Amino acid sequence: MDFRDTPEEAAFRKELRGWIEAHLPEGWRGRNPTPGGLEVDAAREWSKRLHEAGYAGLTWPLEYGGQGAPYTYQAIFLEEMARAEAPEHIGVIGLGMAGPTIMVHGTEEQKRAHLHKTLSGEEVWCQGFSEPGSGSDLASLRTKAEDAGDHYIVNGQKVWSSYAHIADMCILVVRTDASVPKHKGITYLLVDMRSAGIDVRPLVQITGDPEFNEIFFTDVAVPKSNVVGEVNEGWGVAMTTLLHERGTLGFALTARLEVAVAKLIALVKERGADADPIVRDRVAQQWMELQALKLTNYRALTTLMKTGIPGPEGSIAKLHWSESNQRLTKLALDVLGPHAQLDGDDGVWGGYWQHQQLRSRGNTIEAGTSEILRNIIAERVLGLPRSR
Amino acid sequence: MDFAFTDEQEMLRHQARSFLATEFPAERIAELSFSEAGWDESSWRTMAELGWTGLSIPEEHGGAGMSFLDESVLFEELGYALYPGPYLSTVALTLPAFADAPDLLASVAAGTATATVAIAEPGGPSSLEDAGGVRTEALRAGRGWSVTGTKELVCDLATAGHVVMVARSEEGVGMWSVAPPVSSRRVTSTMDRSRRLGRLVLEEEPARLLVGPEHLEPVLRQMRSRGLAALALEAVGIAQKAFELARDYSKERKQFDKAIGAYQAISHQVSNIYIDMELARSLAYWAAWCVAEEDPRAPTAAAAAKALASEAAVAACERSIQIHGGVGFTWEHVLHRYYKRAQWISSFEGGVSAQRAVVASSLLDA
Repeated sequence: MDFRDTPEEAAFRKELRGWIEAHLPEGWRGRNPTPGGLEVDAAREWSKRLHEAGYAGLTWPLEYGGQGAPYTYQAIFLEEMARAEAPEHIGVIGLGMAGPTIMVHGTEEQKRAHLHKTLSGEEVWCQGFSEPGSGSDLASLRTKAEDAGDHYIVNGQKVWSSYAHIADMCILVVRTDASVPKHKGITYLLVDMRSAGIDVRPLVQITGDPEFNEIFFTDVAVPKSNVVGEVNEGWGVAMTTLLHERGTLGFALTARLEVAVAKLIALVKERGADADPIVRDRVAQQWMELQALKLTNYRALTTLMKTGIPGPEGSIAKLHWSESNQRLTKLALDVLGPHAQLDGDDGVWGGYWQHQQLRSRGNTIEAGTSEILRNIIAERVLGLPRSR
Repeated sequence: MDFAFTDEQEMLRHQARSFLATEFPAERIAELSFSEAGWDESSWRTMAELGWTGLSIPEEHGGAGMSFLDESVLFEELGYALYPGPYLSTVALTLPAFADAPDLLASVAAGTATATVAIAEPGGPSSLEDAGGVRTEALRAGRGWSVTGTKELVCDLATAGHVVMVARSEEGVGMWSVAPPVSSRRVTSTMDRSRRLGRLVLEEEPARLLVGPEHLEPVLRQMRSRGLAALALEAVGIAQKAFELARDYSKERKQFDKAIGAYQAISHQVSNIYIDMELARSLAYWAAWCVAEEDPRAPTAAAAAKALASEAAVAACERSIQIHGGVGFTWEHVLHRYYKRAQWISSFEGGVSAQRAVVASSLLDA
């Protein structure tokens, strides 16, 4: 056991820190490629710079534009990006979900067509999984793809798709056989978002931001060469995506929480609440939870590097992050007292905490509700009987 | 970055798990909790033979010259087995005070001595954090010293061969070792009968100076960090046991024709035990590493780990008792023993809010 950087890791960290310092434009700190955050062009530009400097897809193989580095380098990258409050790479879904899935299940042609562009920010991805009638029970999805010779014709509706309004590509799960049990008739497609028949409509969230979208598919033609894995075996492919969504993304989420805890401490001091013993107690608790989460990620990472399989501890990351983030943002509003009601330009820090607090309610719903994640831990990690 | 125990440490864990399972099954633990002595004295010699008591003691003093990280494997396993004996008091708490006393180190390594530290005083300090407030007096007596005063909440007092007194002399606060007569010790009624606390009244008891006031700070800091980290690791072991009992029972127990673990009201509680335990485990291992490496973050890490792990252990036992229903609430079931130990851990050296205050200070007062 050793929590210090190896000499190589330390050198990488130093170089990265210097690079961020030199290349992060003035005024980009703390801005992310989401509505109200960094504009799409700026976000793409930042992603391009990251890629050119070799910081996008650190753990991806060299042949697909990655660096072939061990996972610890990705952890260091996220820590340093968080420390500098640098914007995230625009390809959150591409890097975290679409890319890893294509690497595991995609054809050579698909890998060559998409992986490099995903890293460079040229291709932004969105996810077409949930439907109005299929949330936690994803396998009940009804968007259908009909065989039309060399292509499929897709009809249906997807929902809760972040980035769909700016995305170039979509990872889409569709029903290709309705005559078999629900898990067996699903196919996984890569869809060009500029195809005719795709209509993206923003969904306004409780924050007032249209971060999510609905995607309507009307007779959209998708070439058969865009099937990932085998036809009707998309469920297994989708599981790879979800595993990555909830697994490796844990590091990015923890890095965000680290920024949030630092901001909370700054707020507490700024508002003179650092003498209040109850606030002090709650701040300590938030820091402890962050630290425990970060270390748990490291532990899962060590297991991954030693065995090639992520440790079961990793299943905790998203679940605990979301709940800890909700408590943290509520604490911030508590510290603001009566001023907590003022948001936007009249709010403290321009309404930053009001926005964070409202946004945090989505954390326990998106990417697997906390209830589903507790089921997964109980059934797949702990071996308890299935609840359904 | 490497977050794994070495193969040797894993072997030690395996050895401890099987030794403790054989020597201290649940029935034996229950039996010992009713005995006069409260523990099996012969186990100490065996543990010394296994090399456990001298694990971190330098080789020139008869130990194995290993680190707190190696000991941490044992703290966790001893917690898991609910071992009743003075390993925590002797090894985690007292060893820093023996650093300049080769004879005492050698006797601990050989298994011929057990020891504890007496900190708290009635109406006075209750943890090492406020050691500066002790009123127990150390006076020069001829060429040696004598100690006068009353101590309470002394861990394993009844069986300790050496008691390290945190006391005050004309020059300031330091540590003296005494071998108090039986008549000066009273075992106080302790909720966790497998780790009893005692009260000690000394009147001009001959004492040996171990740590002079000029050297006190680093020893206190080390003692506290080791103690808190060890308690956190024990708590992880306790949580692990409560978790396994809950998980297994929820698979076996059937109601309404189904294993109760199929009901989400039960399975989500088992998941919660697991989540809190794994988070606490990560923090406890990190704290152990900080202590072993004398990292400047060790005091904060140990306080944080003790708070999070003791809370996780207490909650694990409470949830496990609830999942077991009436059976979990009975004296016969093993769970209440773990529950009481979890609460012992939570209270010793200050409860969760006291530990969080230490963490808050490192975050907000820097």
